[in-house]
Amino acid sequence: MKLNLGKTFVNGILNENPTFRLVLGMCPTLAVTTAAINGLGMGAAVIFVLTCSNIAVSLLRKIVPNQIRIPCFVVVIATFVTIVDLIMHAFLPDLHKVLGIFIPLIVVNCIILGRAEAFAFKNNVISSAVDGIGMGVGFTLALTLIGSVREIIGNGTIFGLPVFGASYSPMLVMILPPGAFLTLGSLLGLLNYLGQRRAYATKKSA
Amino acid sequence: MARLLVIFFSAILINNFVVSRFLGICPFLGVSKQVETATGMGMAVTFVMTVASAICWLFQRFLLDALNIGFMQTTLYILVIAFLVQLVEMVLQKTSPALYQALGIYLPLITTNCAVLGVALINFNEGYNFIEAVVNGFAAALGFSIVIIIFAGIRERMAIAEIPKSLQGFSIALLTASLLSISFFGFQGFNLAKIFGL
Repeated sequence: MKLNLGKTFVNGILNENPTFRLVLGMCPTLAVTTAAINGLGMGAAVIFVLTCSNIAVSLLRKIVPNQIRIPCFVVVIATFVTIVDLIMHAFLPDLHKVLGIFIPLIVVNCIILGRAEAFAFKNNVISSAVDGIGMGVGFTLALTLIGSVREIIGNGTIFGLPVFGASYSPMLVMILPPGAFLTLGSLLGLLNYLGQRRAYATKKSA
Repeated sequence: MARLLVIFFSAILINNFVVSRFLGICPFLGVSKQVETATGMGMAVTFVMTVASAICWLFQRFLLDALNIGFMQTTLYILVIAFLVQLVEMVLQKTSPALYQALGIYLPLITTNCAVLGVALINFNEGYNFIEAVVNGFAAALGFSIVIIIFAGIRERMAIAEIPKSLQGFSIALLTASLLSISFFGFQGFNLAKIFGL
């Protein structure tokens, strides 16, 4: 049991990383990653919503009839998103302003509905919660990575701290919309390349 | 009138939903392999976004604002959109089987298209009146359709090109989208308010 929980957790971060492997939830991934801290904030909101909705859906899985499960999931998710929205508005107004409409839009983030449908509706509460945290952490790491790359190249800083010194002139395009597509496309390509090289190496040694 | 024109062209070209606001990326990457399917998706989204803008505005005004329960906004909007998509699907099935056949599989997908919920929220945040909200919804959807059709055209050509193995799939699609986004960036220089004499 313990091994399975660990496996479920790591699964969300590596093998089925929502951003790099499943390519889900692209809208917030591209939109909010202009700086590392924004990626981290968005990720934290998603971890909360994903974990809570996974727990709630898992608890309800025996009560909710199969035919109306999707509307039920949506209402559950929308409730938790509203909670996050109000909390962020009250305690983190700056971050709330930067993330803007992408906080209410967590409702239509395919990762959350996808995990409710594919995992939480079929599994018990504890493994659903672990799956939610794992997926959420995987999403957060991916967003922070993309945010860091864009912030370092596009602004010369990481988490607001200067990296290259004053003489570096930032490539502004990286923090503009085209840079988002460029960064994610390149990172996906790089990961594919590394994966293929590893597969080739294991085949050769076998 | 001039204000409506500014909203219309700005939603299509300057603040294009896909390449500048990052709304509706999932269908943009998912159903853009062929021009034909992209056109079908564009039509379905245009219809739903225009109607959703109108209905969400009415609900906001006469239910949420009237009862002072603004915190229910997200939940209500997503339910309205889900209900609307279902309704559109049933009405089309009865009245126009040909169109239903053409759009069939894309209709249910629209519920989770963040462009639809996005446009309703933007209409609210910008404080648009009823006509402005509908125009904004229609224009944003038109911008979405234009971009997805252009992108599908590029991908059709790309399918027969030789692409490095590690870039195949989503990677090359995103890099292409980056170039498309740069070209739409050219519209940022337009001062629409000045052009229409506002």
